[in-house]
Amino acid sequence: MIGELGHFALILALVLSLVQAIVPMIGAHRNRISLMAVARPAAQGQLLFLVFAYACLTWAFITSDFSVRLAASHSHTATPLMYKITGVWGNHEGSLLLWAMTLSIWTVAVAIFSRNLPEAFMARVLGVLGWISAGFISFTLFTSNPFARLLPAVAEGRDLNPLLQDPGMIIHPPLLYMGYVGFSVAFAFAIAALLSGRMDAAWARWSRPWTTVAWVFLTAGIAVGSGWAYYELGWGGWWFWDPVENASFMPWLLGTALIHSLAVTEKRGAFRSWTIMLAIGAFSLSLLGTFLVRSGVITSVHAFAVDPARGLYILALLVLVIGISLVLFAWRAPKLAGGGSFDLVSRDSGLLANNVLLAVVTGSVLLGTLYPLFLDALNMGKISVGPPYFEATFVPLMIPVVILMVVAPFIRWKSDTIGRFGRKLAPAMIASVALGAGVAFAVGHVTWRTVLGLSLAAWVLIGSAQLLYTRLAERRGAVAAAKLRGIPAAWWGMWFAHLGIGIFIIGVTMIGSLEAQQDMRMRAGQTTQFAGYTFTFRGVVGVDGPNYEAARATLDVHRGERLITVLTPEKRHYVASQMPMTQVALHIRPLRDLYVSLGDQLEDGSWLVSLHLKPFVSWIWAGCILMGLGGIFAAADRRYRRLAERTLPAGSTSTQTS
Amino acid sequence: MKAKFLVPLVLFLALAGFLGYGLTLNPGVVPSPLVGKPAPDFRLAKLDTPEEQFGVADMRGQVWLLNVWASWCVSCRQEHPILVELNRGGVIPVIGLNYKDERKDALGYLRDHGNPYAVTVADPDGRVGIDYGVYGTPETFLIDREGMIRYKHIGPITRDTVKNVLLPKIAELSRAG
Repeated sequence: MIGELGHFALILALVLSLVQAIVPMIGAHRNRISLMAVARPAAQGQLLFLVFAYACLTWAFITSDFSVRLAASHSHTATPLMYKITGVWGNHEGSLLLWAMTLSIWTVAVAIFSRNLPEAFMARVLGVLGWISAGFISFTLFTSNPFARLLPAVAEGRDLNPLLQDPGMIIHPPLLYMGYVGFSVAFAFAIAALLSGRMDAAWARWSRPWTTVAWVFLTAGIAVGSGWAYYELGWGGWWFWDPVENASFMPWLLGTALIHSLAVTEKRGAFRSWTIMLAIGAFSLSLLGTFLVRSGVITSVHAFAVDPARGLYILALLVLVIGISLVLFAWRAPKLAGGGSFDLVSRDSGLLANNVLLAVVTGSVLLGTLYPLFLDALNMGKISVGPPYFEATFVPLMIPVVILMVVAPFIRWKSDTIGRFGRKLAPAMIASVALGAGVAFAVGHVTWRTVLGLSLAAWVLIGSAQLLYTRLAERRGAVAAAKLRGIPAAWWGMWFAHLGIGIFIIGVTMIGSLEAQQDMRMRAGQTTQFAGYTFTFRGVVGVDGPNYEAARATLDVHRGERLITVLTPEKRHYVASQMPMTQVALHIRPLRDLYVSLGDQLEDGSWLVSLHLKPFVSWIWAGCILMGLGGIFAAADRRYRRLAERTLPAGSTSTQTS
Repeated sequence: MKAKFLVPLVLFLALAGFLGYGLTLNPGVVPSPLVGKPAPDFRLAKLDTPEEQFGVADMRGQVWLLNVWASWCVSCRQEHPILVELNRGGVIPVIGLNYKDERKDALGYLRDHGNPYAVTVADPDGRVGIDYGVYGTPETFLIDREGMIRYKHIGPITRDTVKNVLLPKIAELSRAG
């Protein structure tokens, strides 16, 4: 019964999404306020029904209602409650429902926080979001109904994939979806701008905070996913260039470009067609990511719904959404010429250069991800593209991005001379190369990669310090605290996010250079030396978890005489799904992680134990946190709220600038 | 409409074309260098009667399937009923290669799920698996009367595979001889 109610609510949500997609659009076209006003209640009603449907599905999981096929395949009576709840999105159908619900949350948020937008513009934005929503809800209903019954019901479910029974997996998909779906708002603003012909600075100002918030979610989602892969997959990598990771990384890269391009469009009125293109691109890549994960076109560890019918449906959706928006772009964007002029040497140019570079990087990741498909389709053989390709293309392209990223804030808008900011930055550049080489020498790992990585990181850190100093020195006389308070939140956002990149590079470089690993056969009482620590293997005991049986090893870790920690890696066997799992044990310190995973027991009774030293690995995530924090600061800038209030009269009189 | 603004659209449509065509391809099918080559020889102990040995030579003159499986392999359970059906139909003898498994687990598995194999040989350390380029279970090889590998299937066999791929190939090979 509950399942049928959920199904019915989903159908009603589809109907409302169609209403939201069609009626306000007609209203905006014919300038009828009463039709435009339908958008908000339709969006709110849709959210209500989607939340209800989602709650019904969750109920089936919590109560172990195995007459619902989805619950029977992805839950078990012994699954801990937390994982019953998260199991709802640990599968294709449920995650689509989450997608639709997330989109609906964003839509309602836009409806609430953008009261000050002109009514026609708002109607178009909500209308575009309605179309996307209709596409996804119908996809769910027609090809992947989460409420499908399994009759007769089975007595016991098959349990959630043990890899997903992990705290990281609780938040990774929702964060990622908030990011993916969040770009739909920037997309809807762009399409509404194209439809209405309003593509002035006000448009950029409205979409900026939304885009930034979506970007923050995406950053957090990717970071959590990477952390999960690090400790859950049992071999300590943090990024694999897997097609599905790339699918989330491409919108991030293009989204990063979009954030910066929006800044220029808002401040200087330039790059308008480019900004619109990026907004369409970032969301298109989110959709493409969904397609890649859901269609099974590319082999990946993540692709879990290999069904041609579903693939075809998403492809049709992809072609409709992206195709129509690009036709609209080709039709309307040529009228967008103009905007502020700027010289070759200016902050505008610097940002444009970085934008283009980020777009090229995105393109190279896209090429590497789809290359196996291209070759296969052209009958030129089956290949797989691995990390060597991505490292060989990604790293060289990102070096100028990082260098420019530090320089750009020192350059003046519109026009500047290289001599002026060059003189300012030359000492920092020399110092960072010296520091990078010095540190590489000090840690005893002088390779060009290490020196390059550390020099770049030093460049970011020194450049950031200098930028802050310059900013404070601009206002002489005031008290330091007052000066700090006087800096707008958006500036801090930029500063923290850029600093985060520096911290991130340190982590990546150090782990790439100094990582150490040793596989040991150990039996109870045996000790071994590794990376300056003494590991004593105390033996293995059997442990029963709620839905698994585990062999738990105990290792004492000493440094000299002092006991540092006791690590207990496990080898789990999940009963219902018959799957083995490795649960690693970590000892996390700011400068390094000790990472121990337990392998198989050998015939002679000893155990395979894998010991890893992961220097500075936490810095990777610390960098991501700083970037996310920067995004939060930027989106929270008071300016947006003030300007949003001010644009009401100003916006309604502004005209198309063509 | 200026031409340069159409570039994104054209690029996207080309991409969509590839994606659409990609839907018809199966990335799981990896051509094996072994197809068209003689099946690597082995002599291994039978699973149920370890004192007896069995090898490729014993199947000479017959078209047969070599199915690589293990009791610890989850997707093997998925294809198991299909193998049982195949065996019941008597279309083709299926030889099991029990890969990196414990003898008692493997026997227990066959007792619980039914035994579709004419003979199962044990490859506890996976040596023969290496000769056959096995990188995951289940894998299935179709071998002709001369002992040549004619087809390799990676991953669980489905009813679809049996009907549309295996049966036509088997019919063809049986006629040929």
